[in-house]
Amino acid sequence: MNFDPTRPIYLQIMEEVKKRAVRGDYAAGEQLPSVRDMAAQMGVNPNTMSRAYQELEREGFVHTKRGEGSFLTHENVRIESERTGLAQAACSQFVVQLRDLSLDTATTRHLLQRVEEKVNENGDR
Amino acid sequence: MATVEINDLVKRYRGTQALRGVNLRLESGCVTGLLGENGSGKSTLFRILAGVTRPTRGQVLIDGLRIGVETRRVTAYLPEVDAFYAWMSIEEQLEFLASFYPGWDQAKARELTQFMKLKGEARIGELSKGQRARLKFIVAFSWPSRLILLDEPLGGIDPPSRARIMRAMVQEFRAEEQTILISTHLVAEIEEFVEQVVFLHDGEVALQGNADTLRTDRGKSLSQMLEEVLS
Repeated sequence: MNFDPTRPIYLQIMEEVKKRAVRGDYAAGEQLPSVRDMAAQMGVNPNTMSRAYQELEREGFVHTKRGEGSFLTHENVRIESERTGLAQAACSQFVVQLRDLSLDTATTRHLLQRVEEKVNENGDR
Repeated sequence: MATVEINDLVKRYRGTQALRGVNLRLESGCVTGLLGENGSGKSTLFRILAGVTRPTRGQVLIDGLRIGVETRRVTAYLPEVDAFYAWMSIEEQLEFLASFYPGWDQAKARELTQFMKLKGEARIGELSKGQRARLKFIVAFSWPSRLILLDEPLGGIDPPSRARIMRAMVQEFRAEEQTILISTHLVAEIEEFVEQVVFLHDGEVALQGNADTLRTDRGKSLSQMLEEVLS
C-alpha cells in the first residue's frame, strides 16, 4: 500500500480497512486478518497495525473477541454511514480543489458529467 | 524485550563533543528510527549502547543493567563498517560468527541467506557493497538478541530492495519482543516501519516521539521533520 508519509500511518490503515468494508471485501461481522497478517499485507509495522485495530475498536467499527481475533461490526448501518462519510470527504476535497481553480458550480457539474461519461466509455471504475 | 534508558549522556572525544546530554528511552519491542545528518552523534550513540565506547558522563541502562558483558550478550550491533573476513565464504563466516552469539539459529541464518539472494559459497571478498550490507542483516537477525542496533544498514543496497528488506525484517524476521534502533539518512525508506523517532542534531535530541503522533501534530513526513530540525 502507498502511504502518504505526511499523515499518521495508523489513520491511513483505518481508512483502508473502512474502504474495504464499504467495498464489500469484508462482510459485516466477518473475521478480519490477524494484526500480523494485515501488517504484512499492507507493509507496515505490526505495532502500528495493532494501534489501528485498537482505534477501529474504539470507534466500534471492529470488535475483538479474546483469543479469537478481530471482527468487522455486524451492523450494516455502521458500514453504510462510513460509505457516506468517505464519499463526503472525497467530494469536499474535490470541491475545494476546483474552487482553487475558480470554477463555479455549473461548470463543475458539467465537467463532472463529461468525466463520468468518459470513464464509463473506457470501462474504468 | 529490552528497554533502553539513557540519561544525560555526554561523550567527548579529543576536542569535540559528540553527544551533549542525551536523554531518551526506547520501549521494549519498538522499532525506533535514529535520524540525523552525518556527525550528529548517531554512530557514537550506537557504539556506547554496544559497549564499544565508554561514555564520558551519564547513565545508559539496557533492561536496567549498565553496559557491560551482560548487556553485550543480548545486543546485536551492526556497525556501519563490517568486520567480515574477505577470505571466508558466506557460509564459513556465518558458522564462525555462530560461536559468538548465544542461541544462534542456523536454520534462520540459511533462510535469511536465501531471502537476501546470497549464495553460501560466495567469497566475502568478492561481494558487492550491497551484498555485504545484506550479510550484516543476516548476522543481526539470526540470533535471539533483545536489542538490535542497525547503523546505516541500507547503505549500498539498491533502492528497489530497500523497502522489501526493511519490511521483511520488521514483519517476518524480527522476533516480536526484539527492540530495534535503526539509523539512516534515507528517511523516506523507513517512514512506515518505525514507530518511534529520535532526531539527533549536533549531539542533542532535537525532537523525539511516536512517529504518528508527530505526523498528527505537524502534518509533515519524517523526512520533512528532519529537514526542519536541521534548519
